Amino acid sequence: MASLIELRQVFFQECEEQLEDLTDGLTALEGSEDFSNLDPEIINRMFRAVHSVKGGAASFSLDAITQFAHAYESILDELRSGKLTLNQKIINTFFTSADYLTDLVSLGAENVEPIAAELESKIKDLSALSGSMKFGAGVSEEDDCIAAFTPLALSGEMQFPPVEDVNGSVFEIYFKPTLDLYANGHEPVQIFRELSTLGVLEVQCKFDRDFKWDQAEPAIEWHLVLSTNQSESEILEIFEFSEPYAKIEISSKVADITVSAPIESVSKHPASTPTMEKPNAAPDPAGEVHSAEPSAIRSAISAAPKATVRVDLDLVDELINLVGELVITQSVMTQSITEQDGIGGRQLSTTLEDFKSLTRTIQEGVMAIRAQSVKPLFQRMARIVRETAQIAGKEVRFATEGEDTEVDRTVIERLVDPLTHILRNAVDHGLEDAALRSQAGKDRIGTVTLSAAHRSGRVVIEVIDDGGGVQREKVLSSAIEKGLVPQTAQLSDSDIDRLLFLPGFSTAASVTNLSGRGVGMDVVNSEIRRLGGRVAIISHPGSGTTISISLPLTLAVLDGMVVDVADETMVVPISAIVETIRPDTSQIHQIGPAARMIAVREKMVPIIELGAVFGCAPIKNHTNDGILVIVEDDKGEHFALAVDKIRDQRQVVIKSLESNYGHVPFVAAATILGDGQIALIVDLDEITHQVSVDQSRSIQSIEAIA
Amino acid sequence: MKIEDDSSNSEKFELITFSIGSQDFCMDIILVREIRGWTNVTMLPHAPKDVLGVMNLRGAVVPIVDLSARLGLGVCESKERDVIIITLIEKKIVGFLVTAVSDIIELSQTDIQPMPQMGGKKENQFVKGIYISDNKTLRVLDIASLAASMTTAQESV
Amino acid sequence: MSLSILAVDDSRTMRDLLRLTLEEAGFLVTTAEDGADGVDKVIENKPDVIITDINMPVMDGFGLIEAVRNGVCGTSVPILVLSTESSPELKDRARNIGATGWIVKPFNDTTLISAIRRVARV
Repeated sequence: MASLIELRQVFFQECEEQLEDLTDGLTALEGSEDFSNLDPEIINRMFRAVHSVKGGAASFSLDAITQFAHAYESILDELRSGKLTLNQKIINTFFTSADYLTDLVSLGAENVEPIAAELESKIKDLSALSGSMKFGAGVSEEDDCIAAFTPLALSGEMQFPPVEDVNGSVFEIYFKPTLDLYANGHEPVQIFRELSTLGVLEVQCKFDRDFKWDQAEPAIEWHLVLSTNQSESEILEIFEFSEPYAKIEISSKVADITVSAPIESVSKHPASTPTMEKPNAAPDPAGEVHSAEPSAIRSAISAAPKATVRVDLDLVDELINLVGELVITQSVMTQSITEQDGIGGRQLSTTLEDFKSLTRTIQEGVMAIRAQSVKPLFQRMARIVRETAQIAGKEVRFATEGEDTEVDRTVIERLVDPLTHILRNAVDHGLEDAALRSQAGKDRIGTVTLSAAHRSGRVVIEVIDDGGGVQREKVLSSAIEKGLVPQTAQLSDSDIDRLLFLPGFSTAASVTNLSGRGVGMDVVNSEIRRLGGRVAIISHPGSGTTISISLPLTLAVLDGMVVDVADETMVVPISAIVETIRPDTSQIHQIGPAARMIAVREKMVPIIELGAVFGCAPIKNHTNDGILVIVEDDKGEHFALAVDKIRDQRQVVIKSLESNYGHVPFVAAATILGDGQIALIVDLDEITHQVSVDQSRSIQSIEAIA
Repeated sequence: MKIEDDSSNSEKFELITFSIGSQDFCMDIILVREIRGWTNVTMLPHAPKDVLGVMNLRGAVVPIVDLSARLGLGVCESKERDVIIITLIEKKIVGFLVTAVSDIIELSQTDIQPMPQMGGKKENQFVKGIYISDNKTLRVLDIASLAASMTTAQESV
Repeated sequence: MSLSILAVDDSRTMRDLLRLTLEEAGFLVTTAEDGADGVDKVIENKPDVIITDINMPVMDGFGLIEAVRNGVCGTSVPILVLSTESSPELKDRARNIGATGWIVKPFNDTTLISAIRRVARV
């Protein structure tokens, strides 16, 4: 059974989902064609989201959240009932309020009280939208609302001390129930029991002897005498819900008047009625055995939300790991069986194929568990765009596409920082200001689109702005000024665009406090590379820039090229490979004693002896028998890795070396090949950085490190 | 995990005894997960000489340490006939290559004598005491600190 | 025999909180996450008391009350509304379609339990 602490966690988890619903709704509202004709279900969903946050928060005495959610809910209610007509300004306030509610929830989760003045002003922002006078009064109203949370009806308690000295009034109550009273779950005995908590109650039951059996009404009525110091309204409150289903007459008497004589049967016991007289209309549920744990299967009355299960992430990872093993074991088995020719024959190979496809299917299924839709990420980004736009003083329309695209959750988490940076850039530097846009004949409001899609086994995430595009002259001159490129450099347009990814590059004519923060696009680039992805930039002068991120679906597997290097088998990530070539001697140029270059399409590409990098073999002369794998590093530089042989291209399961050992220079991770042997996955960036650190030095410098 | 941490000196604990070349050692059996024969390892570039490489232990990538080299007793030559003691230390799985595993003995803290100080020789750096039985002198290895220094040794080599 | 309670609320937090509170009080607790689910559970479990939220997706609390009162489940089980709302209009509406009582959220344990005991037919 969950403890309260666990419940609190559940609450905060649930808040996240509800806040997501809220932002979803807001986005949908913003996209509505006609603000005066909104889809009521959208508003309902938003209302429910805020309402649930309020309800839960109140249960955990999170007053700030409760107050704010209440204010928000009230406005949403006005919107729902048509008292309020939506406009862009209201939507903006709704968005900032949703952001603030998110903040309040995060603060609440950490037991931090929000700044009171801020809370007050945020509530005022919301109440200012209100069309009704009542709400317009502002914060002082809030106290009322909170006070209203104390239970009103049914507030009397069984433990209520009986009133001993009754100096108050005596009420005579006539009570004649209808059939509906019982049908609606009321029970006279319970009502009387509750009345008895107010004072001393005498119950007299009258049974109609002339009762006609075809009559559909109960043939019973009660006369009650209640001596109490409570007021009549207290009594009425007890009848609050049963009142429509019975004839009730309450009259007040002076306290000293004696109770008139009972008519038929009299019960001095306040809370008991003869069971015999219980009308048949009230079925007695007692005696039925109920199961406490009903089956989880429910019939679909209408489109219900997809059922989900929360699973400990460690369990999922363990499962993914095991399935990885299964894949490896399967390939080891396949390999050893196929090596022994003729055994088993066709039957076996068919079974083996089935087994293989089954294993793949299981693997994909398990990987899908870890996958998450990018929606929460996109919502977070929407906020970044809003905030950036506000600070930059620009009007921005933010659009998203492919929110349902699923990606490994670790990938999603690690995309937050790079995307934040890219989006800030897009708003701050990408989009021109309104005046400039008008001049150029564009919509004053700039658009930034964030999209996600699956493309050939990878996830492609794009940030598209309709701004002015990369100002190439400015970028180039800035790069030359900073000594990042030689003055005489002849760079293509796309080369210039890629300069943005160079470490320490910043183009903003005025450094704003937004995109700056000491982080450049180079950091974005290296973070994406670390995820096994690549960043590309496509810019069209005058019409905008697209930053495209291509990522693997999961971090658990990698597409690799299996190569032999001096008796060792290694894996090179395919994402970085541009091409493989078998070089002609004439293409290779010896530079200095050890460094060599190869001319690939008129570009000189340094050759890296992979064997030498790993210190496992003396540099061999590869000119005739070796193969060069051309790779691109995170700066877009090309390098040629000399290997002995290319064995295979395949998906490999990534195994950490750090978990049992530690970091190995130039090695990103390990994997287990079909024969059960471990192969190392090379860390291209580390290798190429090492080479670029001092390109004039020979490759032997790497050996010296070893 | 360390024997010194035991609250009671008379409490018995089990040790596994093994030999490296002609010398006898023992270590706390709690740390031992299994004993395996030699299988081929994949070398780790730029690793210290006593780290032979990594092997595939049911899907886990496990580093194998040549205990002989680690203790400064010389590089082990005849790997094929040797055995690997797989240990689990601080959530890390590490294999140690030894010549042979011989026995399991039960000792209490009082049975272990402090190691006589004989200079800072590497082979005694990880020895936390000795136990003398009928005809043998067993050195009790502090395998945890030995494993912990596995990667730091990398830089010093 | 323990009273069996069906708690209907779209908020997992509230469902769990109700379950925790009611199970501690010795009731058998079943939960449903919206009105429609609630109707299923009423048919399936025939609870002694239903506690329901109003604002819920798919089918709201009013829908649930109506469904139960219209005989979908052939029972006149007491239905308590548990809501943060307390406006007379809503209460009237609930009462007119057959709610047995109204509890205002957030509830405290004693209020809730005594409210249940007050309407339960045992």
